[in-house]
Amino acid sequence: MIDRMKGQFAQLGHGFIDGLWRVGSMTRFFVLVLSASGTSFQRMRLVRREIYFVGVLSFVIIAVSGLFVGMVLGLQGYETLQRYGATESIGMLVALSLVRELGPVVAALLFASRAGSAITAEIGLMKATEQLTAMDMMAVSPMARVVAPRFWAGVISMPLLAAIFSAMGVFGGYLVGVVLIGVDAGAFWAQMQAAVDVRYDVLNGVIKSIVFGIAVCVIATFEGFDAPPTAEGVSGATTRTVVSSALTILALDLVLTAFMLRAGD
Amino acid sequence: MERTTIDIWVGAFVAVGFAALLILALKVGNIGGEGQRDAYKVEARFDNIGGLKVRAPVKSAGVVVGRVQDVHFDNDRFQASVTLALDKRFAFPKDTTASILTSGLLGEVYIGLDAGGDDKKLANGDRIVITQSAVVLERLIGQFLFQKASEEPAKKEPAKK
Repeated sequence: MIDRMKGQFAQLGHGFIDGLWRVGSMTRFFVLVLSASGTSFQRMRLVRREIYFVGVLSFVIIAVSGLFVGMVLGLQGYETLQRYGATESIGMLVALSLVRELGPVVAALLFASRAGSAITAEIGLMKATEQLTAMDMMAVSPMARVVAPRFWAGVISMPLLAAIFSAMGVFGGYLVGVVLIGVDAGAFWAQMQAAVDVRYDVLNGVIKSIVFGIAVCVIATFEGFDAPPTAEGVSGATTRTVVSSALTILALDLVLTAFMLRAGD
Repeated sequence: MERTTIDIWVGAFVAVGFAALLILALKVGNIGGEGQRDAYKVEARFDNIGGLKVRAPVKSAGVVVGRVQDVHFDNDRFQASVTLALDKRFAFPKDTTASILTSGLLGEVYIGLDAGGDDKKLANGDRIVITQSAVVLERLIGQFLFQKASEEPAKKEPAKK
């Protein structure tokens, strides 16, 4: 009995220390990426190439999801607002929920599963096939050549993707609200413009998406770099990237929203 | 893939992203529509501001002419002191009335300005003297009950005769 309890406590302690160790090495990794990113700004070509893979190829999924989310928001919002005779507020509802929350958060979740997992798998496979070791042998820093460009490409792409998501969502809400249901177009835009504040809503959304971009890219590159160099290890690392990115995004969103709402009062 | 093709795609992507940001700022957020930069400040004291918050709109004849910039409690007069930032394009007479109103039954609280007839206009740092406080629902109900109670005996008397 006592032995079993002891074993469980040991497991708990081991898990805690292991988690703490991972957080510590991820922070150290983040600092290393930042210190190695000087060359990736001197050679923008590397970053541009990664923006193509991380940003341009995520464009379609982000734009289509944004459109659908906006349309659903329009339908659901109309259904509820109808009871209070406030269907003109539908523009405000769609725009505020997209710009403040759904745009940055859903775009970041999609980005983590579309681009983050790809980054992890790519770097993990490079490690498994000893390409990273080969670079080290040739005195090419894998941090500066492989990790930093991917990191910065993600950080640059994320706010743009979130903005595309929100804009497509507003367009989707317009399609459903004005074109399909027949809410007055003038009231739709006027209520939206009266409610959405550029500094407090749009800018805060951009800040959120930049923070999410940094978080997702650090997790994705770290997991790839840290993956055991086996097929199993790479697949495990890819899964971990998606899971821990999603949890981190949602937790960070809570913290950021709490601070932003307090600052807005 | 060839380098120039990638560059073209990345360029298009960045352009679309910035266009989306611009749309959010201009079409959705209506940047600069209120001319916050060119504003003059006017102070007003209220006995009770109800649910008035910073950034609440200031309206005259239903049109937004400014924003509430600051709300604080004046400990000397035991009143709420509200600073309004009004758009420079609109000038109001010195005897303008400021009242705290609610749009609809459950809507947002805002400050309504009713222009007076004075020739002099409000300038930066002036104070609006005539103010009307927020209507607090509990007090209104209390007044109503009080009035009802005082009406009761008057109604009963003619019944006796």
